[in-house]
Amino acid sequence: MKRQVVLHPGLNLGSADEYSHAQSEPVIFGFWVFLMADLVLFAILFATYASMSVQGQAGGPSPTDVFDLPSAFIETMLLLSSSITFGMASLALKYKADRQHLVFWLVLTFCLGAGFIGMEVRDFWIMTQQGAVPQRSGFLSAFYMLVATHGIHVTAGLCWMIVMLVQLLVLGRTTQVKLRLMRLALFWHMLDIVWVCIFTFVYLFGVAL
Amino acid sequence: MKSDAMTDEHVEPYAQDFRAYCIGGLLALVLTALAFGLVIFEILPYFERLIALAVLAVTQIVVHFRYFLHIGWHSHRDDLQLVLFTSLILFLMVGGTIWILSNLHERMM
Repeated sequence: MKRQVVLHPGLNLGSADEYSHAQSEPVIFGFWVFLMADLVLFAILFATYASMSVQGQAGGPSPTDVFDLPSAFIETMLLLSSSITFGMASLALKYKADRQHLVFWLVLTFCLGAGFIGMEVRDFWIMTQQGAVPQRSGFLSAFYMLVATHGIHVTAGLCWMIVMLVQLLVLGRTTQVKLRLMRLALFWHMLDIVWVCIFTFVYLFGVAL
Repeated sequence: MKSDAMTDEHVEPYAQDFRAYCIGGLLALVLTALAFGLVIFEILPYFERLIALAVLAVTQIVVHFRYFLHIGWHSHRDDLQLVLFTSLILFLMVGGTIWILSNLHERMM
């Protein structure tokens, strides 16, 4: 089995589109460096949350009081399946000559992502109704800061997805559009990795405590 | 556009790439279900449960990097080194913050 040279993270176009493949390395490497820097932002928010979640409750509600585990599970499943459907979109981008497969998987990914954001906003709404507002305690400030930053990233990804769908319909499958979609794929998969940390270290640790 | 055409030589890599996403997705689902199962059914004593959760999370992150982001040993650039270096920085920042602030908290009590 001969192995293609892997130029960058994410699915490489390889022999499916030699020209775009050759163009891809510098732009995607640059985006990869941005993603690693973005992880530093999340790491600091995680560190703040870890310090605040136990010691900063200020007599207010504890994680066990306010977290809704079934809801977090549904959100996790929505985001995870959106990652898988984006993988299918990447495959369609690489191997299918038509736009329909790609558009179908992107729209499906968008719906799953939008469902995730909807569930998250619903969670926040229920929490604020219970009096668990950001200004109540250090724990809640850190919680909203961390989870909402992730949510804003996902929302930005959804906007990016709409822009890419328009570009796909207007410009077609040009090299530029392909490279942008490949960067969006990296962004989306990275947000799923951040969510793995959130559901483990925020929700599951919080309820297990 | 002619390079986009689905030709015979693409069939085998397609199956290979498709399998990677399927394996990744399946592993991620199983690991997620295990993590939630541990907490919902209260398996294992408290401390061991937290350790198990952390191990499951790290495993799932590795799975995501391997199967969704395709980070491996064969990359042309130093993508893997960049990930590992970032992990080191994150570990120092997060670990250091938690250590210092919990120490400070104890002294303030």
